[in-house]
Amino acid sequence: MTAAHTLQATGLTLGYKDRTVISGFDLTVPPGRITAIVGANACGKSTLLRAMSRLLAPREGQVLLDGKQVHRTPAKELARTLGLLPQSPVAPEGITVADLVGRGRNPHQGMLSRWSVQDDEAVAAALETTQTLDLSDRPVDELSGGQRQRVWIAMVLAQQTDLLLLDEPTTFLDVSHQVEVLDLLTDLNHTRGTTIVMVLHDLNLAARYADHLVALTDGRVHAAGPPGDVLTTDTVRAVFGLESQVITDPTSGRPLMLPMGRHHAVSASA
Amino acid sequence: MTAVEVVTRSRLRRGRRRRLVIALLVVLVVATFAVTLMVGRTVYPPADVVRVILGEDVPGASFTVGRLRLPRAVLGALAGLCFGLGGVTFQTMLRNPLASPDIIGISSGASAAAAFAIVVLGLGGAQVSVVAVIAGLGVALVIYLLSYRDGVAGTRLILIGIGIAAMLDSVTAYVLSKAPQWELQEAMRWITGSLNGSAWADVVPLLAALAVLGPALLGQARNLAGLQLGDDAASALGVRVERTRILLIVAAVGLIAFATAATGPIAFVAFLAGPIAARVTGPHGSPLVPAALVGALLVLVADLVGQFAFGTRYPVGVVTGALGAPYLIYLIIRTNRTGGSL
Repeated sequence: MTAAHTLQATGLTLGYKDRTVISGFDLTVPPGRITAIVGANACGKSTLLRAMSRLLAPREGQVLLDGKQVHRTPAKELARTLGLLPQSPVAPEGITVADLVGRGRNPHQGMLSRWSVQDDEAVAAALETTQTLDLSDRPVDELSGGQRQRVWIAMVLAQQTDLLLLDEPTTFLDVSHQVEVLDLLTDLNHTRGTTIVMVLHDLNLAARYADHLVALTDGRVHAAGPPGDVLTTDTVRAVFGLESQVITDPTSGRPLMLPMGRHHAVSASA
Repeated sequence: MTAVEVVTRSRLRRGRRRRLVIALLVVLVVATFAVTLMVGRTVYPPADVVRVILGEDVPGASFTVGRLRLPRAVLGALAGLCFGLGGVTFQTMLRNPLASPDIIGISSGASAAAAFAIVVLGLGGAQVSVVAVIAGLGVALVIYLLSYRDGVAGTRLILIGIGIAAMLDSVTAYVLSKAPQWELQEAMRWITGSLNGSAWADVVPLLAALAVLGPALLGQARNLAGLQLGDDAASALGVRVERTRILLIVAAVGLIAFATAATGPIAFVAFLAGPIAARVTGPHGSPLVPAALVGALLVLVADLVGQFAFGTRYPVGVVTGALGAPYLIYLIIRTNRTGGSL
């Protein structure tokens, strides 16, 4: 189903009121791949995702989807190609899983159009993919954190977009659920070719799951490319101000960062 | 059963329940409406009521039913629909049952302006409605601006609204005190809301407002459902957040203000209709139509109770006020318990 869409930011300057968060920023999202954006707290990661999905108008520069400016694209038209899961969406009180996932169909529905077979099919497929079909009649507020996150992902899947932007999809999840969510996104990428761009907190999970890693510092790209090239001790020092060792992860063959800290280091001479 | 079948069946089941509840609400509204026409100092049989409505001349009934009870029932039902729609729109949009226009000062603003227009400016009819609508929108704007800080947070808006409501209520009291020969009953209208003295002249502007603003609001039902998920999620789903919000506010404030100009701020109807409707329909589908029907039912039932349940006749707002206050307390206790802020 995927046509390779190009998503690109050029000369992007973003900010709120008198504060500039990102300036002169360029990024090309590789189509059909998984891109992870990492960086220290408040470095502009979420701001960047908001701008790429039309939620925040750039002060300068532009975001281009297939060569068209996203801020000039009608909201619904954009929402059929580009999906976004914000960091803290709100589930209305008492809403059931199927109902919430159904709201992802909004960009495909006209003001007066009725619910269609395609809508049911999209919701069913989203529930199956995220393994939440059994939960479909349960209220969202009764679910566990991991289940709830899968339901939100199901909602953006029901939107059936070829590009998916996710703002920290693994926050507040324990490690097994983090892996579960990231595996799910990888499945989507592999089976449907969905282009995925996500902001991640955990550098090592980002390095494991991303094809393309973007490290931000002070609103600029410090390094971008395959995780093996980007995740180095130099990058960790520049981005997080942290001394570290980077070794090869025996499980995945990807780089694995081990923070040094001031304690617990085994003496090098031993 | 395939996944699609599971999804379709559960959707159809939810839809059936919703349609059933809506049909039941319609029946109840119609029944209460009929009772309002029949019952009073003299009780007329349904046949007489029907003949009056069809325009036949029935001795006694033509005046009592046609001139007194019918405008009263129609005005009560229309005001209830408007209060229900306006209230649930605000509650849903701001994701908080306390964010109802009668709590956050919009009804108070419309009411103070209507009282001012009548008592001080000597206006009447549609002019009063216009003044009330302008005041309602003005209050909405003031609350919005005062509570705006990098977006609008529900709690701040509610607290500021409660403060504004208190100020405006005292304006109403002051205006009424300036009208020495003002009848007590008429004054009560601007404090609690009343259907006493309803006339066809009050019905016309309200009917027009509902005919224009009601469909405008219903057309936004999907966007409203999007807004419930938070502003970012809504715009990611293709909802134009700011535009939708302005449309919703103008339509909801308009409905509340027109109804208030006709009946006074019937206490807590806007506040109660949405939560009651959600309780009976379940959280599925748009809350707009069920809440409108519950609003109409609340006003009509409360008016019957106020007129006939006690030795004295109470205005409708006294009864709805007595119903709403415990619910307000319950909501505050519940948020306290769950540790939330408002």
